[in-house]
Formats: sequence, C-alpha cells, structure tokens
Amino acid sequence: MIGIIDYGAGNLASVRYAFEKLGVEVEICSNPSLTLRYSHLVLPGVGSFRMAMERLQQKKWPSAIHEYVAEGRPLLGICLGMQLFFDEGEEHGPSLGLGLVPGQVKLMYPTDHLNVPHVGWNRLYQRYSHPLFEGIRDNVDYYFVHSYHCIPANENDILATCDYGGHFVASIARHNIVGMQFHPEKSQPSGLRILKKFTDWNGKC
Amino acid sequence: MLKKRVIPVLLLRDGRMVKGKRFSDYRDTGSPQTAVRIYSAQDADELVLLDIQATTNGHRALLDILHLAAEECFMPLTAGGGVTSLDNIRELLLAGADKVLVNTATVTRPSLIKQAAESFGNQCIVAGIDYRADDNGVPKVWIRSGHEPTSLDPVDHARHLADLGAGEILLNSIDRDGMMGGYDLKMADAVAHAVSVPVIASGGAGNFMHLAEALSNTAVSAVACASLFHFGDNNPIRARSYLRNQGIQMRNLK
Repeated sequence: MIGIIDYGAGNLASVRYAFEKLGVEVEICSNPSLTLRYSHLVLPGVGSFRMAMERLQQKKWPSAIHEYVAEGRPLLGICLGMQLFFDEGEEHGPSLGLGLVPGQVKLMYPTDHLNVPHVGWNRLYQRYSHPLFEGIRDNVDYYFVHSYHCIPANENDILATCDYGGHFVASIARHNIVGMQFHPEKSQPSGLRILKKFTDWNGKC
Repeated sequence: MLKKRVIPVLLLRDGRMVKGKRFSDYRDTGSPQTAVRIYSAQDADELVLLDIQATTNGHRALLDILHLAAEECFMPLTAGGGVTSLDNIRELLLAGADKVLVNTATVTRPSLIKQAAESFGNQCIVAGIDYRADDNGVPKVWIRSGHEPTSLDPVDHARHLADLGAGEILLNSIDRDGMMGGYDLKMADAVAHAVSVPVIASGGAGNFMHLAEALSNTAVSAVACASLFHFGDNNPIRARSYLRNQGIQMRNLK
C-alpha cells in the first residue's frame, strides 16, 4: 500500500487521486509511527521549505522517515517534497532539511533573464536508465511550478535534468529514494505513467 | 525548453459556465463539469476556473467544481473569484487548486499577496489584472469584475504585484473581452517586459492566429481563451497542432 505523508501543508488530495486512478491502494498517513505499514511512501509538498520543515519536525516526521528509508523501501518526493530530502534550503531564510540526500536547495537564476518561477511544461534529459523512467522517451513534457532547485553534492544522484536557462536537476535517485521537481500528479497521462512506475518499483536499481 | 501554454478559462456563475462581452451580456455556455472533463480529455495545458459571483455567493460552487476537477483530471488548476483572505486561498488549495487568482484584493488589500506568497509560496499566487481604456484612451486597472475603475496604470500595478510576491500575472483586457478581435499585444508585451514572473495574456482571442501572434510577437508565457473554444469547434488539440506548425514550441504528450 502507498502512504502519502500528511504534515499539514497543502494539497495531498491530487496525489491521492492520481494513485487511486492507477488502481493502487493508497492512504493518507498522519501518524509517523505507522510508516512501516506501507510498501511505498510519498512526500508531497506545497509551500515554503522552511515552513514545511517546521511542520515535519513538530509532527516528529524526520526520524520516522529516516527509519523507513533504512528499511530499503521506496520513498518518492514530489516538488518541495524532493527538496526537503536535502541538507539545507534557503527559502525564507536558511533551514536544515531532512538530510537524506547530500546537497543544497537554492533559488533559480536562469540565464537570459527567464522568468522565475519556472512555470509550465518542460522536458527531461535522463542521465542514466532507472526503473522510474523505463521505456519513457525523454522528449515528453511534464508540469513544473517552482522557484527553487536542488543541487546534489553527488553527481550520481542526478537522474534527470531539465533545461531552463541552463540545466537544473529535475529528478534525483539515491538508493531507494527518488524525487521529481515536476508534478507527475498534474502531468496528465504522462505523469500518471511515472507514478505507476514508482508503484511497481521495489527500491532497488 | 519551456513550452508556451494555451489556457482555457471557465467563468462560473450560479453553478453554470458563462461567457460575456466586455464583462457583461453573459451567455450560458453549458455545464462546467462537462467542460472540465472535455478539456481534460483534450489535454489542455492548464485550466483557470473563475467564479464571477463568489463575492456575493461564496465559494461553494467553485469548491464543488474544483473537487471534481482534482479528482478526475490530473492537470494544473487555477481558481479565483472573490478571494480576499488567506483562509479563502487555503480553502481553494485544499480543494485541489494548484494556484489561486487574486484580483480585486490586489488593489483593496495588496498585503494579501505578500502574506499569501510567504505562506504558500509565490508560485501558487496569480495576480489578476483587468484593465480598460478611460475616456482619454489611457488604460487603467478596473476591479470588482470590471465594475469599479481605479487610477492605476496596468504596467505599474503588475510590477508592484510581482514585487509583493505574485508568481504569475493574468492580464485581461476588458475592452477586448469576448470580442474575438485579437489580444492587446502592446499591453501584453509591456507588462511581460516589466516583470520577471510569467504573464498570461487574456481577452480577445477569436482564432488560432491570434494565439500565434501573442506567443510569437510578445514576451508572454501563455495565452488564455474562452470564446474561442466555447463558440465553434475549436479545441486545445487543434490549437496545439496549429501553433506547432507555426514553429511555436508546444508540449509533447508522449
């Protein structure tokens, strides 16, 4: 069963509906002591890095998420959810992240005076093959809406980039952890296909 | 490369979908539930749902259609109409909106934009600017669904709202609304150059050439349209293929 982490920030319903549409069992999880009930866990995210971390801490999520990851089960972060996996963010002042993936989260500075936030449909450039994107062509567009981007310390953690006034990290993979800066739950059939790949993944590469 | 967007706008009134000319003479254009499902099946890039009666009737009708859209359609949704508080914004986001449009309150309570950007992130706050020419032909911002004039210049207002934290600007020409004679390219370009956030041009699209003009000849990121899709057999699939043939980068679905 898929668990969606509820830490009281924003809209979890869209993510839940997307998994329901795929016909997989899914549940909103508000209790950190229950994470091991799930085969797959998802950290969605809307709002700012700092506020989201404060909420996760208030509800005692960080240690529960670390314990879950230590079991080797798949964890997916979407948008801010992926950003929270990193060591540190700077949105509305510096704050520590979950520290699951080494690196930083910083404001985007695209070249050519492109707009920030980066809003709309854009394609990926995969760095290597991974079960998450198996059989999916690179030129498919997904929906992005964000002002900050992840800067992993390890090149190998970068699964795919996206070009917006320079390449930035659009997807990460580190052991049993994957993340997407775009919103698969808002990317219509193309996005649902990726969520399906996640549900079929056992956390091993 | 980021693709250009074509965004259908659904105006809601009394739970029905309507479309007017210059913000009056509204005609019934059908069931919003049906429209949402059709636009989803046609893979529209995004949808904007605006309740023009929310100020008097509250958000019930808008919340209902948002719930349906979020449950059945896995696409980006912007909701607006009568948004005056952080609670309004939170409620619409929880119902399934990805972005919330604030219009009248950008003039009557601009601090809302700043607070909302801090609470929810600037990427989910869209500032709506409706404008029309005054008696001397000078464009001014209008509020309350085009019922009340202000002395504000649309370009200055857009700049101010982007500085406050609006993540996107929906710029709507009242004079061109529903007239299907093309967008106000000059104003769209002026605003898009004045701010560093994405601008959506709205008001006036009557054919696909109008969409191409705005997307090729101005700095806007997206075009919104209503009449174009309501009246006649045009749809987002045809729009996308026309624009692609014009050399405009549009989304690849597979």
